[in-house]
Amino acid sequence: MINIEGLDVVFGHGKNSFHAVRDVSLRVEKGQSFGLVGESGSGKTTVLRALAGILERVARVSGDMTVAEETQLRHRSQSFRRRVQMVFQDPFGSLHPRHTVDTILSEPARVHKLDRIEQRVVHALEEVGLDASFRFRYPHQISGGQRQRVSVARALITGPEIILLDEPTSALDVSVQAEVLNLLMRLKREHGLTYILVSHNLAVVAHMCESLSVMQNGSVVETMSVQQLREHSSTMPYTQQLLTASLGYDRTAIDAFEEFA
Amino acid sequence: MSDSKLLIVEDLHVTYNTPTGLVRAVSGVSFELGHEKLGIVGESGSGKSQTGRAILGLTATGGTVGARRLAFKGTNLLNASERTMRQIRGGGISMIMQDPKYSLNPVMTVGSQIEEALLIHNRTSKRVARERTYEMLRAVKIREPERVYKTYPHEVSGGMGQRIMIAMMMIPEPDIIIADEPTSALDVTVQLQVLAVLDDMINERGMGLIFISHDLNLIASFCDRILIMYDGRVVEECNAAELEQAQHPYTRGLVNCLPRLDGGQDELPVLKRDPSWLTTPGATR
Repeated sequence: MINIEGLDVVFGHGKNSFHAVRDVSLRVEKGQSFGLVGESGSGKTTVLRALAGILERVARVSGDMTVAEETQLRHRSQSFRRRVQMVFQDPFGSLHPRHTVDTILSEPARVHKLDRIEQRVVHALEEVGLDASFRFRYPHQISGGQRQRVSVARALITGPEIILLDEPTSALDVSVQAEVLNLLMRLKREHGLTYILVSHNLAVVAHMCESLSVMQNGSVVETMSVQQLREHSSTMPYTQQLLTASLGYDRTAIDAFEEFA
Repeated sequence: MSDSKLLIVEDLHVTYNTPTGLVRAVSGVSFELGHEKLGIVGESGSGKSQTGRAILGLTATGGTVGARRLAFKGTNLLNASERTMRQIRGGGISMIMQDPKYSLNPVMTVGSQIEEALLIHNRTSKRVARERTYEMLRAVKIREPERVYKTYPHEVSGGMGQRIMIAMMMIPEPDIIIADEPTSALDVTVQLQVLAVLDDMINERGMGLIFISHDLNLIASFCDRILIMYDGRVVEECNAAELEQAQHPYTRGLVNCLPRLDGGQDELPVLKRDPSWLTTPGATR
């Protein structure tokens, strides 16, 4: 479904350039969920944005990307934009504060010249577990979890095949996180969606995905199945350290931490 | 018995008068703090940060703090003068905030900020203060204290910024540290390294720590004892090691709804909130 070969992303020019992603390759089958994990600055979100085709104006992107047997050119086609949608981390920043939920949800439908917009809006809200009364509210009138549901509904409205999830639950309380993760799992089952999930939380990735890549300083350190992650059978010291760290506070383990630069 | 206790909080209330009515941010929280690491865990809006701020008299304007007792080493904090409070803040009880980006002064060098914290509470010469500052920076595992002393907050990383904040809060040698989500903005490995620094200093100096966080796993592995807060009340209190055996349905719900690294769940159990949690009295002590 998604095939990325030798992706490189460089921001800026000359002395001020920053090589954010170095030679990243990954493959995601149809109906799979693929995780990208790493610490801040590792380039995981940049990979997602490069795939979505929203970096061309601000960075130099090179490498081959194929999505659904279509080689992606610098300018993405209208159909690509309909079939690939994105959900962002911060539901406070990603919804227009002066647009009602109805406006937010109908905009992508209008852009893609879809018919029966009103029905689609109501249906999308239903799919994410919100009733039609939410249509005419503003983002500040609903909770963080509800806002993230609206973001998911906005992604669903164009009938996508692939959803790119950038830390979709890291701004939410754990009880709300559980609800949103359950929602994402159900939508994936019902619509046969393919996900790429970017997260710093290994447990979330282990719960949602079948396989994952660990990134560090712009490169993929290791790609493995979630099964291998659970069995701690990783061979790379960086992955092992990340795994140890995500198990909680352990005074003796911390002294053994290394700097990976 | 109360002599060995650093802090006693009895029936603490924080209320805000808003245009839409009275908001009870904290309603009837009681606990005691000894020389230990006490964790306060809860979701957003549970009143955990408000509890920490009320202890230091940092409740925002419009808020009212009331309690049957709020005492720090025998000093009543409720009717203490502003002068006494200024001595206690930093000197007796200090607070580490969440994000060093917003809590350090952007136009002062790191060194002079740490030094200022010391000079306000202790009478020492500038030269001694500078030596103590270097020493403190070394203690929080900063490798080149002389260089970092001269930097400005925007020139250091998040992890280093938080270590600087710890250094600043530790240098007047307080008895209690209140840490409000001190490492939530940091990457996991850096988070643990910063906590290790804090942990070692607390053990060496025999201080008490109130650690406020939303991260259940972190609190359970880092603290000795945990208070679980829900809607301004403490619904349960348990030893950190026994969190898995917690009784209250809210605590159980929180523990269960976390995705697990070892997997095995198709669907995460969702927390069902019971209105009776709002009315039943808080945890027994």
